[in-house]
Amino acid sequence: MTIDVQDTLPAASPPVSQPPHPLVEFWYHFRQNKGAMAGLAVILLIAVVALFADVVAPHDPNIQYRDAILVPPVWQEGGRWAFLLGTDDIGRDMLSRLIFGARLSMMIGLIVVTLSLAVGLALGMIAGFFGGVTDALVMRFMDILLSLPSLLLAVVVAAILGPGLVNAMLAVSIVVIPHYARLTRAAVMAEANKDYVVASRVAGAGPLRLMLVVILPNCVAPLIVQATLGFSTAILDAAALGFLGLGAQPPTPEWGTMLASSLQFLQRAPWVVTWPGVAILVTVLAFNLLGDGLRDALDPKLKR
Amino acid sequence: MLRFILTRVSLVIPTFLGVTFLTFLLIRLVPGDPIEVRVGERGIPPERLLELRHELGLDRPLWQQFLDYIAGVLQGDLGVSLVTRNSVLSEFLTLFPATLELAALAMLFATVVGLPAGIVAAVRRGSVFDHGVMGVSLTGYSMPIFWWGLLLILFFSVGLGWTPVSGRLDLLYYVEPVTGFMLVDTLMAGEYGAFWSALHHLVLPMIVLGTVPLAVVARMTRSAMLEVLGEDYIRTAKAKGLAGKRVIGLHALRNALIPVVTVIGLQVGTLLGGAILTETIFSWPGVGKWLIESINRRDYPALQGGVLLIATTVMAVNLLVDVLYGVLNPRIRHSR
Amino acid sequence: MPAMPLLDIKNLSVEFTTRAGTFRAVDGIDLTVDEGEVVGIVGESGSGKSVTSLAVMGLLGSNGTVLADRMQFGGKDLLAMSPSQRRKITGKDVAMVFQEPMTSLNPCFTVGFQIMETLKVHEGLSGKALRNRAIELLEQVGIPAPESRLSAFPHQLSGGMNQRVMIAIAIACNPRLLVADEPTTALDVTIQKQILDLLVRLQKERGMALILITHDMGVVAETAQRVVVMYAGQVAETRPVDALFKAPRHPYTGALLDALPERALGKRRLPTIPGVVPGIGDRPQGCLFNPRCRFATDRCRIERPALFDVDAGKARCFYPLADAPVGAGEVL
Repeated sequence: MTIDVQDTLPAASPPVSQPPHPLVEFWYHFRQNKGAMAGLAVILLIAVVALFADVVAPHDPNIQYRDAILVPPVWQEGGRWAFLLGTDDIGRDMLSRLIFGARLSMMIGLIVVTLSLAVGLALGMIAGFFGGVTDALVMRFMDILLSLPSLLLAVVVAAILGPGLVNAMLAVSIVVIPHYARLTRAAVMAEANKDYVVASRVAGAGPLRLMLVVILPNCVAPLIVQATLGFSTAILDAAALGFLGLGAQPPTPEWGTMLASSLQFLQRAPWVVTWPGVAILVTVLAFNLLGDGLRDALDPKLKR
Repeated sequence: MLRFILTRVSLVIPTFLGVTFLTFLLIRLVPGDPIEVRVGERGIPPERLLELRHELGLDRPLWQQFLDYIAGVLQGDLGVSLVTRNSVLSEFLTLFPATLELAALAMLFATVVGLPAGIVAAVRRGSVFDHGVMGVSLTGYSMPIFWWGLLLILFFSVGLGWTPVSGRLDLLYYVEPVTGFMLVDTLMAGEYGAFWSALHHLVLPMIVLGTVPLAVVARMTRSAMLEVLGEDYIRTAKAKGLAGKRVIGLHALRNALIPVVTVIGLQVGTLLGGAILTETIFSWPGVGKWLIESINRRDYPALQGGVLLIATTVMAVNLLVDVLYGVLNPRIRHSR
Repeated sequence: MPAMPLLDIKNLSVEFTTRAGTFRAVDGIDLTVDEGEVVGIVGESGSGKSVTSLAVMGLLGSNGTVLADRMQFGGKDLLAMSPSQRRKITGKDVAMVFQEPMTSLNPCFTVGFQIMETLKVHEGLSGKALRNRAIELLEQVGIPAPESRLSAFPHQLSGGMNQRVMIAIAIACNPRLLVADEPTTALDVTIQKQILDLLVRLQKERGMALILITHDMGVVAETAQRVVVMYAGQVAETRPVDALFKAPRHPYTGALLDALPERALGKRRLPTIPGVVPGIGDRPQGCLFNPRCRFATDRCRIERPALFDVDAGKARCFYPLADAPVGAGEVL
């Protein structure tokens, strides 16, 4: 039994005040989600740190302090104030490397999401809008990509292209394209038959205009959510490739690569292994929290 | 029901052909001369090159080569590893049980923990337990599992000495592989000490590989249960005077299982992808580790065959899940 | 005086706690149902009639709070019972039929399973006896070829068939009280009559009490002996069906009757009641019906009326209507 609130408004009452602007309403819902707010705060912090890495980092990430090899974090015995989170096996400051790693990870996320979103969006729109054979061909191809485990596909693409940060980003981008394509296609198909689209078509709008100006704005919400979650996938997968030796190569301070190159110090200097992982986890978690919060705030079905 | 299955199978065939084509292209996309890539030699003299080109059928049109490749694949001929000179299929099959054992246990772990956690979280929506489950599962979902594995090794193996660091079995034991599943083989051989050792070796990799699926299963179960618990038929079940356990455990769960099983099935792909990382960390002698080694050794035929076999496995599991979905959901079963 | 009523409810209120605050959906209702009696509860959507029935069944979710001075069934205090004691009555002695037959049956189980489940839990039947009883029940609710229907899933049956199955489940354990919450609303017009006839027939055959919840005054006229008219969570009027239809005392009842098509013969337009039932935030001062009432005075706008005695029943109005039929020839 539900009590239908809408039915119970008095009919004679004057028209209700103007509904709030969608953005205002969105922000109202979003703000109530503490997890999402925390995620947003962490992301903003990381973004600022990444942007001003040169200023914020206490050291150059690649300078080797020969007198400070495997110095533990400052609160442990033998720690030094000059190296807050300790140093690695060749005397580089962990904190500075993490900060520059943040810059890399944010950049990876940004590039991967932009690239895959652009391609996925285009493919999805073409498939959804033209339908028929085009749709079948595009979506079959997406199915093929999806039938491979994403990490395996990324590994294979990275193996073909050769190891390196740029190739790793490409590999991860390719892997996530189907998600955007499917989402866009579904949204386009759902919107394409609605009255307003038919109306613009009758009014003489061309296919490109229809897609970009009429339909696209109506599929933005799910794509924003997917793109946010895409950041976490990109960062995670790029780090995994780095860890497997197929991503960024040393001495690049990429978090996954840092982990891989310090494996043998796992027992002797656990901090060398701990910090890059914490950095990945916190960043990915923040993006996932933000994505969940965005979904809840943007999805009208879940609004209460 | 049979028609339903056949329809599903026929839908998979184009995807399978597509994957086969992609793996066929794989070896051509690798930088370097295709013959050198395939034979694994450098600086081959020109006449030998021509000979090899003919031998490998590379002088024929591409579509014929593809047909040959498919014909080979269907007969189980996936080429020969450059490193070991063994058939790729037989190498894969020797290593696959290790991966399968690990993946199955990881999935079991994820389901056994994730399903009840999701159910209780849904029933006690908004409670501390619910928030706990959601928090932990989102963390698990965000976990870089290669790091998570290292942390667990550091804590349990290095710190507490409870579990071994790598491998499947202590060197003390040797068990003749019959099924390839260590837990089964040791039991069949009656070597309980070896069984115990195999179990010890499995625990950490299982947890590491099962972490992401666990998070997904818990979240999915919770949301599916929440949706189902609001349905009219749950009210009907309560109106019949059924006990809460029966209402939740039978009437609600039976319906919630439909999306959950689908999600569990889709996790198999994630699982086999994650196996690459897990096996690398724990030196687990399975196909994931083998694939990475093949890449590092530039053993492209092995990589090609391995990718195709893993993709086929994932497709087979997805097909199975599809059929299972039909079995679980009467509405689907009868409509086709 | 007759024996103790089967269902005896005194001053029942139901409150829901939502994010917006506490909302009282049912406000101080008295309801009695005698053994074998048919009581109709009538009201618009939002009047609290379904919530009342769910409270009787003990089916309100955790956010619904039930408050009552007395709530007895067959002499037993429902409020003092433990949940497990209550479950022994629910589905056995008190059963319920819901509005939406298509969604009220579990899509994953066969019709047979869902009928037999009740019998198994409450009567401990099993095996052949259980099956035979289920077939018998399907027969009684007028389902053809009952043996083969046992293995059907709800989605394979029509809405009317599913509602028959729901009724079969409800009457499986020979309940003393059947609560039917808008049992025909979701069905086709032709089926509505069949289901209603079925309910009345079963009620007569078995001598069980029936609470029929509906928004349709016509349905009540055909079936009920006594009517409870609800408005905004309160009882507006409660009287025997003949007296109420002959001479409604509450203006709201009068307006509901005027809105019946068969009573509006010869009029150019079917009369309607302007406005809607007040909800969470917009309860008026004074009589809850006053903004929609043609007869409202200043007193009605300030003071909230109690439930006054009128002939053969009660009505919540300072100025009960006189015997003359109201509203003849007028358009609201």
